[in-house]
Amino acid sequence: MKKPNLSRRNFIKNTGSLALASTLPISLVELAFANSNENFSFAYISDAHIQHIKGSRFVRNWDRGLIRAVAETNLLSPKPDFVMFGGDLAQLGSKPELDHGAEIMSALDHKVRYIMGEHDYYLDLGAYWEKLFGPQYYSFDHKGVHFIVLNSIRTYDDWTYNRWPSAEQRMLEMAGLDNPNGSPFMVGEEQRKWLKKDLAKIPKSTPIVVFSHSPLQKIYKGWNFWTEDAEQIQALLQPFNKVSVIYGHVHQIQYNQIGNISFHSVMATAWPWPYPSSYAQAKQYLPKLTVPMNRADPFFERDATGWQLIDMANGNVDINFTLYDNQDRSVRFNPKNNRPEDTQYQNKDARIPPQIHY
Amino acid sequence: MINQSLFPKTVLLFSVFALSSLQSIYADEFTDKDLERWQQQFMASVAKGRKLWTTPLGSNEVVCAQCHPNAANTHPETYPKFQKQIGKIVPLWEMVNWCIRNPAEGQPLAADDPRMIDIQAYITYERRGVKLEPGKH
Repeated sequence: MKKPNLSRRNFIKNTGSLALASTLPISLVELAFANSNENFSFAYISDAHIQHIKGSRFVRNWDRGLIRAVAETNLLSPKPDFVMFGGDLAQLGSKPELDHGAEIMSALDHKVRYIMGEHDYYLDLGAYWEKLFGPQYYSFDHKGVHFIVLNSIRTYDDWTYNRWPSAEQRMLEMAGLDNPNGSPFMVGEEQRKWLKKDLAKIPKSTPIVVFSHSPLQKIYKGWNFWTEDAEQIQALLQPFNKVSVIYGHVHQIQYNQIGNISFHSVMATAWPWPYPSSYAQAKQYLPKLTVPMNRADPFFERDATGWQLIDMANGNVDINFTLYDNQDRSVRFNPKNNRPEDTQYQNKDARIPPQIHY
Repeated sequence: MINQSLFPKTVLLFSVFALSSLQSIYADEFTDKDLERWQQQFMASVAKGRKLWTTPLGSNEVVCAQCHPNAANTHPETYPKFQKQIGKIVPLWEMVNWCIRNPAEGQPLAADDPRMIDIQAYITYERRGVKLEPGKH
């Protein structure tokens, strides 16, 4: 198989300047699909963590990650049908951060839809975010696929409403990934009821794609690579023939298959996170199917960050990761094995030393 | 003849042994209370290190824990080691300073700065139980 991602990457490098490049030569869309008129692509940008310092100062490093993803997404050709933003646009949910992030995102030439992340939410429980981007959970249909967006980063009411003396402190406590004062994420009863109703009118043969910020599967509770009511959501989705869940939050490549549901994580534009197995004291459940991303090289500040182009191939999700300072990766649904697989590294023999995490 | 030559040495050896065992009463004996105190001292340093891990050490509000939750991916068990970008063998504290200078946009700490000691205490504590692998990339 050809490696169109590499040519796209080289194309960007060779032009030397993004301004000179009018299009990126992506041929993937034609490559993968049996019935090309049913297929389409969308881009996915996530976890920008725009961080306010003070006044008009923001953390340069995180700004650059989002600016680059936006610029490159604009160069995609053929143009993706829409763009998803996977949550954590802000670091501490403040107006300046959400405004600054929205401004960078406004350079996109596409229809953009947003998913709520905990860093966007826990200051004002999403009030300002809603003003900018719309409702916290919703669904839409596109070319025969039913898309669902959930706010999966809510938690127990007692923690949200009674535990902290101020909204600022609540935000800070949830913002620390490894903070033992945090609380497990959940979709919650209100949205589960809504989801059940939303799905009731959808034929079982319709492909379903669910977007959430946290994994709708349980991987490591200590860092909220976890959704408390994951099994209940999965149970609502299992009756459908083709279901894909795409989530952010983890800042790393993860994928899995549970019954009819394929799970995919997306990369962050801000910074990479260690796999939970790198924390010697953690009891964790990284899906065995996952071939990890390369270990990050801190000397290249964009290494192990990136964004992704997603092809809906006959109702299944194929993810093409654009990884800066790194080989690009493709994880595609393999109908023969009924699961997502890396197109290059899935076999144990094909893996490379940087994919070993310890 | 043999006995004669050995005798003074034996006496000497015996007296050295007696002297050292007298001193060892003070040097080598410690109680559960001592152990407890030393552990408390260490854990106090770990706690201060954890606090520093979640406090901006540079100029841009970025904290260590943002990229390294629970100090993961710091690999204290592999230092000192060759860092290709620095071009030499470096100890852990130099990499801590690299992070303070670059992602955190701050001023480096001295090697013996108490804050640097606390940070290293925290990093190594989170990595407890992992075998030493000096030099491993």
